[in-house]
Amino acid sequence: MFSQYALHHAWLIPLLPVIAFIIVGLFLRRIPVLSAAVSVCMSLLSFVLALGVGYGVIDQLITVDNPLIQRMPWLVIPGLTIDMGVYIDPLSAVMLIVVTLVSLMVQIYSIGYMRGDAGFGRFFAYLSLFSATMLGLVIAVNFVQLYVFWELVGLCSYLLIGYYFHKVSAREAAKKAFITTRIGDFGLLIGIVLLQILFGTLDFQHLGVSVPAYVAQQGTGLLTVVALLIFLGPIGKSGQFPLHVWLPDAMEGPTPVSALIHAATMVVAGVYLVARAFFLFSVLPNAMEVIAWIGAFTACFAASIAFTQRDIKRILAYSTISQLGYMMLALGVGSVTASMFHLTTHAFFKALMFLAAGAVLHGLPDKNDIFAMGGLRHKMPVTFAAMTIGVLAISGIPPFAGFFSKDEILLAASQVSMPLYVIAVLTSFMTAFYMTRLLVVVFCGPEKPDNHPHEAPVSMRIPLVVLGILAIIGGYIPYAYHFGDWVRFGPALHMGLNWTIAGTSTVLSVAAMALAWFIYGSGKATSDKLARRFSALYNLSYHKYYIDELYLWLNHTFVDGFGKLLYWIEIYVIEGIVNGLAHLSLQLGDWLRRKQTGNMQRYGYIMFGAALLIVAGLLLLNPLFKGVLCGGGY
Amino acid sequence: MNIALLTSEIAVLVLGLLIIIFDVLIPRQETHRSLGYIAACGVLAILVHSMTQYGAAATVYQGLFVVDNLALFFKQLFLAATFLTLLFSVEYVEKWIQNSGEFYALLLFALLGMMVMASANDLITMFIGMELMAIVFYALVGFELRSKKSSEAGMKYLMLGAASSAIMLYGMSWVYGFTGSLVLSQIAVKATASPAMLLGMGLMLAGLCFKLSIVPFHMWAPDVYEGAPTPITAMLAMGSKAAAFAVLIRVFLIAFSDLQEYWATIVSLLAAASMIVGIVVAIWQTNIKRMLAYSSIAQAGYILSGLLAGNVAGVKGMLFYAVLYMFATAGAFAVSTAVKNHNGSDEIEGFSGLAQKSPLLAVVMTISLLSMAGLPPMAGFVGKLYLFTAIADKGYLWLVILGFVMSMISVYYYMLVVKTMYSKARDQQEFVVRGSLQVVAVISLLASLFIGIYPGPLAKLANFAAQALW
Repeated sequence: MFSQYALHHAWLIPLLPVIAFIIVGLFLRRIPVLSAAVSVCMSLLSFVLALGVGYGVIDQLITVDNPLIQRMPWLVIPGLTIDMGVYIDPLSAVMLIVVTLVSLMVQIYSIGYMRGDAGFGRFFAYLSLFSATMLGLVIAVNFVQLYVFWELVGLCSYLLIGYYFHKVSAREAAKKAFITTRIGDFGLLIGIVLLQILFGTLDFQHLGVSVPAYVAQQGTGLLTVVALLIFLGPIGKSGQFPLHVWLPDAMEGPTPVSALIHAATMVVAGVYLVARAFFLFSVLPNAMEVIAWIGAFTACFAASIAFTQRDIKRILAYSTISQLGYMMLALGVGSVTASMFHLTTHAFFKALMFLAAGAVLHGLPDKNDIFAMGGLRHKMPVTFAAMTIGVLAISGIPPFAGFFSKDEILLAASQVSMPLYVIAVLTSFMTAFYMTRLLVVVFCGPEKPDNHPHEAPVSMRIPLVVLGILAIIGGYIPYAYHFGDWVRFGPALHMGLNWTIAGTSTVLSVAAMALAWFIYGSGKATSDKLARRFSALYNLSYHKYYIDELYLWLNHTFVDGFGKLLYWIEIYVIEGIVNGLAHLSLQLGDWLRRKQTGNMQRYGYIMFGAALLIVAGLLLLNPLFKGVLCGGGY
Repeated sequence: MNIALLTSEIAVLVLGLLIIIFDVLIPRQETHRSLGYIAACGVLAILVHSMTQYGAAATVYQGLFVVDNLALFFKQLFLAATFLTLLFSVEYVEKWIQNSGEFYALLLFALLGMMVMASANDLITMFIGMELMAIVFYALVGFELRSKKSSEAGMKYLMLGAASSAIMLYGMSWVYGFTGSLVLSQIAVKATASPAMLLGMGLMLAGLCFKLSIVPFHMWAPDVYEGAPTPITAMLAMGSKAAAFAVLIRVFLIAFSDLQEYWATIVSLLAAASMIVGIVVAIWQTNIKRMLAYSSIAQAGYILSGLLAGNVAGVKGMLFYAVLYMFATAGAFAVSTAVKNHNGSDEIEGFSGLAQKSPLLAVVMTISLLSMAGLPPMAGFVGKLYLFTAIADKGYLWLVILGFVMSMISVYYYMLVVKTMYSKARDQQEFVVRGSLQVVAVISLLASLFIGIYPGPLAKLANFAAQALW
């Protein structure tokens, strides 16, 4: 009964947070308790509804090939109808549950984390707005709806990264995030427009029918270009190389925001887009290869940067980029199942780690450098446990959640391409290493004397516990409920465990963890020696391969140069026209208003004169002008 | 004859008479505020009742009075406009008007005139409706007896209005003389492009353009809008204009539809002139009512351009735009009324600091003005989109481009008001807003946003109404 209700009222899921946003944003901004209460309640309701949808999808045998779609026309002009609606299939059901769950957890966590902050109500309003837009994106029925919400989540991300707008670095980071993702979005927009031109529709279901037919008839050439343009959007949003540069800087936002937006939900929107448009990508082998290689390269590249970073949140950010690369890799080798599975488990354990990092920062304000921490396990046992679970999960140690999902990705990669598999395994090794480094350096070793850490309050511990449990068992549940069968796309790609691959990756992860412990935890202080020995490599990684500097240089040389040219055009041509128009309007207005003297006789003259002019025009001039002004319309 | 088709008109008449009776019954020293609320409730009830009449297509009085979806659409627009005006003007009337009972009753009679215009199927009915509305408005414009400006405005409106009626009647007599009929459909049958017919048509167009305040028949509008009591200004902008459009649509698309190639050139020039003059002169205004008057001239130009399409899409655009303009105007005038009640002046300067004193009203004003300017996601954007696509299909690209450029320029003076509202307050006086006015403000805000974000339902309704003509 309830699942039926939820399925047919799924539009409520994004609407409830909108209501929270309006109520909190308009009326409750200054009342912290109520604003948090309203936001959390609405999130809880959305989550319950999302669970109902999930149950309904299983119960009603809704599959990817047989989705439940509700549409209503949103904009109708002759020749173009744009719908808004709700697209329910296993794919969106999983996303709904993940997004509402993490959103709920993060909001509960924020009650403690943001306590006493001057912008408490504003923060909750933004969080609610973000949840709403993200959920709207998930249930999109066509590319337009998806694009609208895609931009809106970008806006929310901008607002939340720049939440501490009095800090220059936060403002800069917000702008960087917005502009960098916009570069990708531009490609996405062009791709969408091209799709509309090619197919005359942007509806996912309709495109799913017409794309294979088109490929059979016309080949893949042009469509590959379109698909790659569309893929530019995910490259920007999901922090893939070379547009990953915004994500580490986005850590300027409050930590709950990093957990929700920049780890669990918004950044996976790109992965979701590719999965949603898989009907398009899956028929284009070249595009798939590009996706796989970009994903693999990003995974490996970001992991190698995370090796040497010292800021706790930046390490997690690079790890997020790396894991997103994993998901892209899985999509590129054709396994939506593995990708969505990893997306789900990653949402749990990465949100967990971010929230744990937030607890650390809450206990040790104004310290971000992991080497300034140390020995926190005594004073912060819950946080320590949470972080440990997260590290074990992301390292792929059985039986934690990451093990299952990562294994599935490795398996899928190994069946398609050996080089990709090797890169993925190598990344997995590096991941285990730098994550253990973080854990060991922050929580083990001696306590620093001038640190006075304290455990997080209850409201922050509850989400840690819930997400911790999910990070442990999150890998099992999908197995029990045939996740593979459930979120499959096209032919079944459910694989189960392959013991060779699982064994290799586990052994390598354990080895990496042992190595990290030896270097950072055993007290022999070998890390500095290593850094000096391989100083060139160390510097390359520490400075993030100088990508930011490269972009800055490119910017200064080319963009600024081009900008100067455009500036000249702007000043002398465009502004000339615009200012001329403005000047003309002002002068004309001034002249005309002086005709408005208030003298009634004069008004009368003009009125009768104009009436005569109309008649004269009709009688005399019309034969001359007939059809001229309407451009031959008659 | 089916009297049931006339229920709305009869109800409005009865309501107006009841208000007069109540006005006499209530002792002189008592406040007459309740009359405004009674009138508003009555109008709302009639509005709700009229929902049931969709789908009818019948005539009364031997075809002189037609009840179809188009008429109904306009009537609902007038009812809604009157309802909103009544709601936000209660405090204004209490403060600035002496004979509030008569004021409300007259307003209802003006509404009756508009409703007759919407249903008029022949020239005489049309003229009677128009004069009923106009004569009531002559009185209402000058109703603020303590204000010289108001009396002057009433006088001007009366004189110029009478002149325009004369022009129109003269035109009608030519049309009648040539075709021998006053019923629109019969005129259509006999109309040919003879000089006598064109003369009549041209004069009727001139007369209607006066009511629409289309340039160059707009000269009265700024003076009258400024002098009239604010609720009446609002009704002139929302109701009187829309009623004239109802007549214009019927007369030009039924009676003169075969002569479209003749009137189209003139109408396109008139629309263009209204857009240009309305917008460039508005830039200079310092009085909010004068500014809105010029703005309404420009908006009339935009709506008028839809007539050029001469098809369902064009009329749909006109209807859609009329509704969204009604909501935007209601919002803007509600806020102006609140400001006038607060500091007794209509100057734009008086809006300074409104955002601090009453954030809600400042937001409503901003959204209303931006909706008029046609910025997405406000309703005005969609309205302009419908109008422009309709006329672009007919080849009037130059008019579309002009409309775009002009609406860009219009953003400037709308934003000047916004800037004033968000600047620092000049005084620290408490700003009290009556609940009913806030209701109107919120309704207009929600409508402007809702129609802009989800135009589907209204567009469908407008399309449905527009089809009544074909």
